[in-house]
Amino acid sequence: MEENGDRTFWEYLTYVSENHSPLDFVLIWDHIDRFLWGTVLTLEITFLALLLGGMLSIPLAIARAYKHPWLNSPIWCFTYFFRGTPLLVQTYLIYYGLAQFDAVRESFLWDPILSSAWWCALIAFTLNTAAYTTEFLRGSIETTPQGEIEAARACGMSPGIAMRRIILPNAFRRALPAYSNEVIFMLHSSVVLSTITLQDILGAGRWLNGRYYLAYEGFITAMVFYMILVFLISRGFKWWEKHWLAHLRQREAEPESGSGKVAV
Amino acid sequence: MNLKTTGLALAALAMMSFGAHAEPLRVGVEGAYPPFSWKEADGTLKGFDIDFAHEVCKRLDRECVLVEQEWDGMIPALLAKKFDTIIASMSITEERQKKVDFTVPYYNTPAGIVARENPGFEATAEGLAGKRLGVQRATTHQCAAEKLFPDAELVLYASQEEVWQDLAAGRLDAQLSDSLQGLEGFLNVDMGKGFAFLGDTFNDEECHGSGAGFAVRKGEEDLRDALSDTIKAIREDGTYKQINDKYFEIDVYGS
Repeated sequence: MEENGDRTFWEYLTYVSENHSPLDFVLIWDHIDRFLWGTVLTLEITFLALLLGGMLSIPLAIARAYKHPWLNSPIWCFTYFFRGTPLLVQTYLIYYGLAQFDAVRESFLWDPILSSAWWCALIAFTLNTAAYTTEFLRGSIETTPQGEIEAARACGMSPGIAMRRIILPNAFRRALPAYSNEVIFMLHSSVVLSTITLQDILGAGRWLNGRYYLAYEGFITAMVFYMILVFLISRGFKWWEKHWLAHLRQREAEPESGSGKVAV
Repeated sequence: MNLKTTGLALAALAMMSFGAHAEPLRVGVEGAYPPFSWKEADGTLKGFDIDFAHEVCKRLDRECVLVEQEWDGMIPALLAKKFDTIIASMSITEERQKKVDFTVPYYNTPAGIVARENPGFEATAEGLAGKRLGVQRATTHQCAAEKLFPDAELVLYASQEEVWQDLAAGRLDAQLSDSLQGLEGFLNVDMGKGFAFLGDTFNDEECHGSGAGFAVRKGEEDLRDALSDTIKAIREDGTYKQINDKYFEIDVYGS
């Protein structure tokens, strides 16, 4: 009896959803697993690219900031190219472009790496984010207050140690707000994945639209997923900034007496 | 300036109301599906579907406006009134008939799987299990691939041309598409060297439906019937054969 009533209610819901609701939410719910898998892929490639690109950008940014005699101009060319062209074109160039050459297809790189859409996307995304991160990290390093560097010297730090202990950590801190933009920007750009056959969040939406000849359901669901992710990321950065940039904040209240804090 | 635009608008208005025939027929076409439709380097559209569209417009005494549309947005664009009918090799299926109406079929060709010659697997559910099978998104072949080869790794593309590119590049083990399009668009051109049909061509009634028709919005029976009558007339008076023979060695009308 109970079960029967339950099923009728679900059937009724399905009926309403199919025929009267502006969005067929029951159909979306039936395929929500595809969106969840899409989320895994989107996050996987976005964050792997950010991690690899971020690591790559540190030496590049240092070389740029100190105008390394040989490396400065090649790195400038690299960042100019990757910041000056759309990520979609870069991805196409690596995925469809390279596959045109027999030499590439016969090389040892083809089978495990360049034949796979996943790897092509990771390469394109990594180089792209490396280029952006290099430039704002360079700016951040260049604007290190001279006093901090002098203080490091006075303490007897070698240039290498000063870089590791003083300049880079402070440059990271100052670059953090700009970096949160880069992360969100990368997440948005990751929709490029669906154009090279990968089933990311948008890919799942396009699958749904394609399979059932719909106009909105897949896209709106994808949009909601991206919005949630961006919300979580910006929240995460807020917390991180609060944590890392605490020393730059205006103090909100007088410290309690005896708290041991010393005003600087 | 202002006067001039007003004048132009008035002239256009006059042409619309006093013109000999009704407003233009806006036809949704794809342009990435040779030999049914493709785009020349100079941007003009060519192919079986395009010729058919022009012939239909001529007979209905309406000017043809071809509107290019990516495949996976074709039906949504029709529903959003971006054009009045779809002439783009769209198969008549039950699933699509929930959204749009179709004319009588204007051609009917079976589906086929294309792979490298002697690939070492067969065109069965077991043979294709774990294989990378390419199909164009939102086609009847996506439906058929999911139904008949559930264990294959399905790889979805926005256009059939991208499927061929990746098949030729070796990123796919096989692909499923219209057999005639496969023959003319891939196997008979340079890119398709070393490839062949795998197994027989086939037709899955549920997924592939009963041939390709023109789609119109539901409730536009007048347009649908006029288009259906035109298709029949084109078939009967021999014009069909002329268009057909430009592109194919066999009669694609089917039975």
